[in-house]
Parts: sequence; structure tokens; C-alpha cells
Amino acid sequence: MAQVILFLQQLLNGLSLGSIYALIALGYTMVYGVLRFINFAHGDVYMLGAYAGFAITNVIYTIIPLDQYNAISRHTFIPIFVCTAIVMLGAMIFCAILGMSIERIAYRPLRDRPRLTVLITAIGVSLFLQNMTQFFVGAQPQAFKQLIPVRAIEGLGDLTVLSSQAAIIISTIVLMVFLRLVVMKTKIGLAMRALSVNPTACSLMGVNNGLVISFTFALGSALAAAAGILVAMDSPSINPLMGNLQGIKAFVAAVLGGIGNINGAVVGGLIIGVLETLVVGYSNELTTLFPALHYLFPEGVSQFRDAISFAVLIIILLFKPTGIFGRVEREKV
Amino acid sequence: MDALLKVDRCTIRFGGLTAVSNLDMSIGNRELVGLIGPNGAGKTTVFNMITGVYQPTEGAISLNGERLNGLKPFDITARGIARTFQNIRLFVSLTVFDNVRAAFNLHLKHGPFHALTRGPKFKQEEAEIREQAMDLLKIFNLDRFQDVMCKNLPYGDQRRLEIVRALATKPRLLLLDEPAAGMNPTEKGSLMTLIEFIQEKFDISVLLVEHDMRVVMGICKRIYVLDYGITIAEGPPDQIRRDPKVIQAYLGE
Amino acid sequence: MSRARAILGIFLLFLFLFALFVERPLADNLAYYYDILINIGINIILAVSLNLVNGYTGQFSLGHAGFMAVGAYAAGSWSEHLSPSLINFLAGSNGVLTFVLKPFPFLQALPTMCADNLALVVATIFGGLLAALAGLAVGIPSLRLRGDYLAIVTLGFGEIIRTLILNIDFLGAARGMSVTGRYTNMFWTFGIAAVAVYIVLGLVNSTYGRGFLTVRDDEVAAEAMGINTTKYKVIAFVVGAFFAGTAGSLFAHYTGFLTPEGFNFFKSVDVVVMVILGGMGSTTGVILAAILLTILPELLRGLAHTDFVPVFQKAIEGVVPIHLPPLQGLLENRLILYSLLLIIMMLTRPQGLFGDIAGSRKRVASSPAK
Repeated sequence: MAQVILFLQQLLNGLSLGSIYALIALGYTMVYGVLRFINFAHGDVYMLGAYAGFAITNVIYTIIPLDQYNAISRHTFIPIFVCTAIVMLGAMIFCAILGMSIERIAYRPLRDRPRLTVLITAIGVSLFLQNMTQFFVGAQPQAFKQLIPVRAIEGLGDLTVLSSQAAIIISTIVLMVFLRLVVMKTKIGLAMRALSVNPTACSLMGVNNGLVISFTFALGSALAAAAGILVAMDSPSINPLMGNLQGIKAFVAAVLGGIGNINGAVVGGLIIGVLETLVVGYSNELTTLFPALHYLFPEGVSQFRDAISFAVLIIILLFKPTGIFGRVEREKV
Repeated sequence: MDALLKVDRCTIRFGGLTAVSNLDMSIGNRELVGLIGPNGAGKTTVFNMITGVYQPTEGAISLNGERLNGLKPFDITARGIARTFQNIRLFVSLTVFDNVRAAFNLHLKHGPFHALTRGPKFKQEEAEIREQAMDLLKIFNLDRFQDVMCKNLPYGDQRRLEIVRALATKPRLLLLDEPAAGMNPTEKGSLMTLIEFIQEKFDISVLLVEHDMRVVMGICKRIYVLDYGITIAEGPPDQIRRDPKVIQAYLGE
Repeated sequence: MSRARAILGIFLLFLFLFALFVERPLADNLAYYYDILINIGINIILAVSLNLVNGYTGQFSLGHAGFMAVGAYAAGSWSEHLSPSLINFLAGSNGVLTFVLKPFPFLQALPTMCADNLALVVATIFGGLLAALAGLAVGIPSLRLRGDYLAIVTLGFGEIIRTLILNIDFLGAARGMSVTGRYTNMFWTFGIAAVAVYIVLGLVNSTYGRGFLTVRDDEVAAEAMGINTTKYKVIAFVVGAFFAGTAGSLFAHYTGFLTPEGFNFFKSVDVVVMVILGGMGSTTGVILAAILLTILPELLRGLAHTDFVPVFQKAIEGVVPIHLPPLQGLLENRLILYSLLLIIMMLTRPQGLFGDIAGSRKRVASSPAK
């Protein structure tokens, strides 16, 4: 029974972690869907979302120091919720604008150029954002102040679910539902889907491609910002280079699910999150099975877990590059 | 007649769509064969199957008795099938001369090592290739453009350059995908003469996809007609011209 | 081409004499400029070799630093463990050369010099070959992938190589590895650069070599013309990796100390910026770009130490009341400058100085593989 509980625990941790990857992966996948290009700078938008939230939180603290609250109860719920919502929305709006600006300035002028040109630009934007942030705030990690008190939720027996994990999972579900509504039920969502199939036909049908693309970037960036805030709840240390690792993992998640496919990004994110947690959680058992692992990763767990995403990426790209839900698009000869 | 190319009951399906169905085709030595049909009939797909870009879902393709199924495109070209493309696919960063020269790679006797040591054998082969490439260009009256970037050529010349490039691979069978597209009547006339000429001079067979009926009926000895992937008629031009199924496919009821 | 060979020969002879007589004094008295010159040479090797892969063959590789690392660490290890024996054998008190040259006391420095040079050559070839092998291992699975995906995978492999080195104790792991034999000199640096240029140009400017360009321009058409595109890609990759490895070896024997951090993604970006600035597919262009981008940070650093920026900054802070960190730092921050350079170049002149980016054809998207 204890084994089962342990497994469920890992699963839960994995889902929480995977939700973050899913949120970021959605940005990659939606942009790829409408523009057929990997937005290298997306991970850095996520990072800036965390920093935006950091700034807003600090402002809020001058009015209400949220760390006075030790638990979520009937009295504390409203102020905590409202403040957190303000931080999230603020960061999401900031990143939406940021994402749209990047697209306007750096990517849109290159829409008719070879895809390689835009990729190089994206690399430039990514490096620029990281290093400018580092220049202005310093390379040292900053501590994100508490938004919600991180405590284990009562009444779940041996299962430990932190309030932050619950917040992550609940927020992600809410955002997913919102996204699905937008993509499936609104006109602009329809335009996004149409654009990912045939841009030329879209503009011929009177769709303002530019507007839809801007909207896509705004949406993806906002989700990344949400991810940034949620991550900060769980592990409050933020630094200018945090977008790199998370970005790559989220990208792998998007590819795993089938890049361009929204469901795929979510599924991919959850799979990677769960896989990572399980491998780390059972690393002792795995090292017993594969002694070579201990030699390769003597520094232990954290390098191990980062290597998993790379390994998954290489395996997918070698064996099933279109991912789980992806469609093979043939080049017309 | 011993067939050069034999296509045996080839079918190709993409997901739920059957693009070509049960195609039987044979092309003999020194034959000029046409492949016509309304747009979307599957003609370029047939080309892509023969040249290995797509693999047939069912059926076999063979050249001189040797099975081509499963081979990669460059292997098939090595066995003697060359092609041009419906949308021009020249090597845009290369000059006219280099476009042709690049196609001589297939029969290159000397590899990278010799390119570096630059011995007499290398120089001799390069000179031979230069001569052969220029000869080919001369036939098509493109030799004066040899150092021009191919993307700066007029459209009709670009189309002909594609044919020259394909011929540089020394094929036994040449597949031409709408070579007369976008040409005016005079150019089309010259193209017809040119195709017959190269067939004679290089001793090759030609499979021609073309929409212009005057061109097809004018030079092809046999014609296959495709509609929705199915062969609806096959025979000499006169017979095809009068075939009711063909007329219906093109003009409707 | 024999005229080019003659020119190359003369150039190498000149270098050799230079190395023999001028180099030592230069290295000692003008260390700063000597440093820049060696770095120019190493960067030329890196840029020219990457240009073969990215520029001529159109395969966007973001992992060049990984191959440089393999070469550096391989050559460095070789020198640490095996070179001393070789040198002792040749130039030690009982060495072969010492013995042979005993009757010529005025040549007493020669054995050591020869031995040092030979040690460098052997270590560098070893580094290059190992890097080439790494290139083969990375290239064969990766080269089936299309543009964006190839870039990501090569980036991934570069990081994997770096992580592996970080974890191998024998190579010093995070502590770094010292290379005691500081054998690098200008002769070999520019000599190898010359060889790299000769090989790349010689390869590409032949009928065989036109094949590389066709792979860049249109793979489908290239295959239809009988060109085995995979073979060309792998060859370009392996040759590129080989020279990256030799550059790594020269670097190792110059700085004398290696850390995995020095071969990270940013180092790959360094080289990519050179190739893009020079113009993908122009060897002359990338050589110039390599020279420019080696000198530029030094010039900017010099500018950062003048009063120009502080004065400028005071003016801004007078108008906009926010506290900014010292803006001179921006001038010294290569990454910020390079990233801006990349963005601006792509927007205004993507073909770089001399190149021409092939294909105004907009590549319609397809799946990651072909």
C-alpha cells in the first residue's frame, strides 16, 4: 500500500510539474501552428513574466504584506486570491504585450524570408532578452515573495499535496478551459486554426492574418507568464537565465505531443513532467538496474533530470518526429 | 517490345485518398510517350512514384527488369531516370553552367580527395565535364548564358535549362513535367522539335506530361490518359483524340 | 589552381620564417597584440569550418562549440600524458635530435623547438580526428532533420558533450583541466587556418563540390539529379567538426586551461555570428567577419574605458530619473551586442557582408523529418 501511495505521490508531483511545462509548451506550439517557426525567445518571455510578477508582488507588499498569512482560511482567502490574481493578470498582460511587440518588431518583417532567417533572429532576441535582464537586475537569483502560504493540504492521509501544487493544477485547468473556449468557440480561435492549415486561403477569405498572429503570440506569452508566476509559488528563486532550461523542456514537450497541436502540447507537458518526477523519484532503483547511470551523473539527481528531456528529444526526433498527435506534412514536389 | 520502364498495377494512397489506382504503364526504348489528364488527375504523382519521391502503396516499378521499389531518388537517377519539375526547381544560387555541371556528379570518377590534390586526372575530368556541359548548353542555345545566375534567365530559358540539367545525368528515360507551361506558341514549336531531337541524339525515351494538346498530339507516339488516378484510355494520338471517355473527362457531360 | 598552390606555399614559408625569428620577441613584448592575432587565427578556423556546414551545405548547426570542446580536451589530454615522453625522446638530454645536433652548438634551441612543434601537430591531429568522429556520431542521426529541428538537435548535442565533460573526472570536470604544454604558435595557427581555407575552397570549387551547394539550394532537385544529399551533409559535418577540433587543440595549447563553460552554447553562437556576418557561403566574407569580430570586442572595451559613455549616461540620467547600472558594461557585454547584431542583420542585410542566402523560395512547412 505504501508503494502505491508513493507512486501516487510522484504522479501528483509530476502532474504539477507537467502543468508548468504544458503552459509554456502551448506558446511554442501555437506559434509554430500559425507561423511554422520555433520561437526561440519564448522561454525568455516566461522568465520576464516571472520578473514582472516579482515586481508587481513587491509593490503589493508595500500595501499588504502577504507573508503575514500562514494558512488559507475563510478570512485569508479573499485577500490572498485577489492579490495573486492581480499579480498573475498583471504579468500576463505584460507578457502579452511583450510577445506581440517582439513579433511586430523582429519577426513580422521577415515573413517572406527563408525560415532560417527568422530562426536566427529568434536566437538573437532570446540572447538579447536574457542578457539585458541580467545586465539590469544582476545575475544573482532574486527571491519571489510569498503569494500563497505553502502548506500541505489537510485530510489527504499519507499523500502530501502542497497548496502551491494545488494552485498550479487548478490554475492550469482554468487556463486550459479558457484556451479551449477561445480556440474552439470564438471567431479568432477559428481564424487561428484556419491559419495553421492554409495562410493564403485565410487572407483570401478576408482574415486579417497579422491580427490573428499577434493574438496568437499574445495568448502564448500570457500563458507563459502564468507559468512563471505559478513556478515562483513553488520555488521562489528567479534568475535571468531560468528561461533556458524550462524553455528547452517545454519545447521538447511540444514536440513530443506533436508540434502545432494544442492538445499535444498539454499531453506532452504532462508526460515530461511525470516522466521527470518518476525517474528522479525512482532514481535509486534505476541506478541499481543501470549502474552506468551513476558513473555518467555522479553529481546526482539534478543533472540526471535535465538530461531526460534531451534524451526524450533525441529519441522522438529519431523515431517519430511528428510526435504523438502530429500530422506528417509532405513537401509538395 | 522489351520494356524500358514497366509500371505494374501501381496504386498510391495518401491517408484516405487514392491518388493513383492500378496504373499499368510500359515505355519501350526510344519511345516518346505522353501522360495527360485534367488537373489533379495524379500525373505528377506518377512521376514522383517512378522517381522514388513517393513509394507506391501497391505494385511494382522496374527499369530494364530491375525493381525500383524502395530505392531512394538518387539511386533511381543513377539507374537512368531523370526528370524536370512542374514548378521550376533550379539551383538558384548557381550559374547556368554550374546547374548543369552539378548534375555531372552522378558519373564523376574522381571524388573529394582528388578535388583537393588537383592532379592531372582531376584536371582532365573537369575539362571533359566542362566540354560536355557546354555542348549540352549549346544544343539548347543557352551557352551564351553560361555565367548568368540561373534565376536571372527568362522563364522559358529556365524551363529549358531544367531539361539540360536532367540530360547531364545521362538518363535512359527522361520525365518531363509540363515543359511547355508558360511558353508562347513559337517557343512551344521549338520545344517540340527540341524534344524529338534529343530523343534521337541521346537515344532516350521520354515520358511527357503536358496540358497543351497540340504539343502532346504532335510528338507523342502513345498517350496515357489519367482521370482521378485511373487510366481511362491508352493508345496513339488519333485514337485518344476521338475517345469519348477522354472528351468527357476534359469537357464534362 | 597551381598558382594558388604557389601562393599558399609562399605564405607558409613566410609564416615559418616568421615563427622562427620574429615570433618569440613579439609574443614577449607585444603580448596583447599577439593574443589578438592568435585568437584571430583560431576564429578563422572555426568560422571557415562552420561555413562549410552552415553556409555551403545549408545545414544549420548550433553545436560547433561541442566539437571544439572534443578537440580541445582530447588534444589537451594527449599532451598532458603522452607529449612529454615524445618530447623527451626527441629533445631530452639523451634525445635523438639533441644527439644528432650535438656538433652544432648554435642550434641548441632547435631540438626543443622541433619537439614542441611536433608535439603540437600530433596532439592537434588527434584532437581533430576525435572531433571528426564526434561529428560523425552526431551527424548521421541528425542530418535527416529539417532546418529548425537540426538546429535544436545540434544545440542539444553540443550541450550533451559539454555535460559529459563536466562529469568526467579524468578531464577535470568542473574544476577544469590544465594543459602544461603551451606549444601554440602563429605558424601552426595560421598554417592550419590556411589549410582549412584551402580544403574548403578546393572542395567546393569543383564539380564534386557543387554538390554541397545543391544540397543547400534544393534537396529534392539535388536528389533527382543523382546527388546523395545525406553523404554530402555528413562529409561537410565531419570536415567541419575536424577543423573545429583542431581549433580547440590550438586553443588548449595556447591558454593552457580548459573549462566546460568555455564551450557552451554561447560559444557556438559566437561562431554562428561570424558566419552570418560574413555571409553564409562566402569564405572570404567569414574570414573578414572572424577578424572583425575578434577585434571589435577589444575596441569596444577600449571605448568603455573612456569617458564617452559615462558622460552620455549622466545626460540620460539627468532627463530620466531612474538609476541605471554603469552603461559601459553594455559595450563590454559581447552577448548583448552580438544578439543585437544578429537581429539587426537579419532585418536589414541577412546575406551578411559577402554572401547570398540562397532561395527566395519560401520553404513551405513540412514535418520535422523528410
